[in-house]
Amino acid sequence: MNDQTDTDKAAPGTHAVNLSALTGHMGKLSLADERPCINVNGLNLHYGEKQALKDITMVVPEKKATAFIGPSGCGKSTLLRCFNRMNDLIDNVHTSGEIRIGGENIFANSVNVAELRRKVGMVFQKPNPFPKSIYENVAYGLRIQGINRRQTLDAVVEKALKSAALWDEVKDRLDDNALGLSGGQAQRLVIARAIAIEPEILLLDEPCSALDPISTLKVEELIYQLKADYTIVIVTHNMQQAARVSDYTAYMYLGELIEFNDTDTLFTNPGEKMTEDYITGRYG
Amino acid sequence: MSNVPHHISRQFDNELETIRSDVLAMGGLAEQQFSDALEALIRFDVSLAEQVIENEVKVNSCEVSIDEECVTLLARRQPAAGDLRFVMAVIKTITDLERIGDEADKIARMTINLAEKSVPRSNYIGINTMGVFVRDMVRDALNAFARMDSQEALVTAGKEPESDEQYAALLRQLITYMMEDPRNISSFMDAVWVARALERIADHARNICEYVIYFVEGKDVRHISIEQMEDEVRGG
Repeated sequence: MNDQTDTDKAAPGTHAVNLSALTGHMGKLSLADERPCINVNGLNLHYGEKQALKDITMVVPEKKATAFIGPSGCGKSTLLRCFNRMNDLIDNVHTSGEIRIGGENIFANSVNVAELRRKVGMVFQKPNPFPKSIYENVAYGLRIQGINRRQTLDAVVEKALKSAALWDEVKDRLDDNALGLSGGQAQRLVIARAIAIEPEILLLDEPCSALDPISTLKVEELIYQLKADYTIVIVTHNMQQAARVSDYTAYMYLGELIEFNDTDTLFTNPGEKMTEDYITGRYG
Repeated sequence: MSNVPHHISRQFDNELETIRSDVLAMGGLAEQQFSDALEALIRFDVSLAEQVIENEVKVNSCEVSIDEECVTLLARRQPAAGDLRFVMAVIKTITDLERIGDEADKIARMTINLAEKSVPRSNYIGINTMGVFVRDMVRDALNAFARMDSQEALVTAGKEPESDEQYAALLRQLITYMMEDPRNISSFMDAVWVARALERIADHARNICEYVIYFVEGKDVRHISIEQMEDEVRGG
């Protein structure tokens, strides 16, 4: 063994164990140690008469994957859509409370919603590539920002497709129509399109529910890679997926945030009985 | 597990219940083996000791089959939270039960040795007392498991240091005998091994109690003092 360190040599005949590395690996995440990215404070949301979110207060940590889980109608997608004001597009929605991203309340009148949505990208349940070439799908966000220089676009498209773990599969057919991609490839293309414009936050609304298991694993692996650079918020019905990909998990029920904790704790020793019943399949 | 609502999947409930009752059956078997080994030792009953040795494989096969049930359940159900802690507690508990079986087997083998050497039985009164103490610990640990009662587990685990004291006292006693009667050192050594086996069984009983606390309270109380354990459990 030529690559032995001095410490290894100091204990001949024994397996040198780096205990500090071991405890570092086992060390639990804690919300208190994280830098906040999205601050939600007393958020209420009504669809007409019906209250969909009830007094939600939470801090989504920066550059971590946070999962929202809960039964249908619990408000998790509604909450996700608040983060880039997608709910503005729905009639008769009324919100109160605040969401702060980078210190700024995104509901303030002064907020440029188009700019907010550039900063807070979103990927939906069903992959929705535009009926254009693979290249143009990824370049789309830059083109609408007025960037048309071929060299710049080439670089951004390649980088985004590489980040989305799709480059190797499509690099020889960038001019093909994106509608010809498989579901899993299309979803990764949509993620590439979202990250091409360098958002700070990536919202994923059931990104794998229309994908086969292999494509699902590829997207999950991608999420793992992406959280080094982006804050990821993912809504999923698949609890095992939340357990696999997220650092933090929020359990919601009937518009309320029941429990929000690091994923390890939430899935092994949840604090609330409602969470326990849901994740062990006793809900209903 | 009767105090929690049913799973949506009744089949999942059935699978967990099967594992639970299999562990209890294995626990009963290990307890019986230990109890018989002790009885054989006290009475120098060679045929009972031989029966214990013969039955040892049953405890081993219980461990293998429950392990398999747990692996299947993990693969098929991906249990979480309390269900996951239950399966982990079971996997660990059956290891300790299997080792209690091993120790019972050792005691039975020593009994045959001692019977052949015709050592006066009065030399083993201390072992008898410690044996009964440890047997009660094992029974209480299994009751705590059956009822998933963390308080009972805590009380039972709390008795383990006393078994260490009894072991130390027995050692002193046996060393005294050895000095008084050096010709019989080899049979006293067998008695030392029996005392050692009893001390190990008490450790296994404590381990089982710790897994019960882990399942019920979600707290890992291994490798800490009894006082710290009490603080963890009572601290809520």
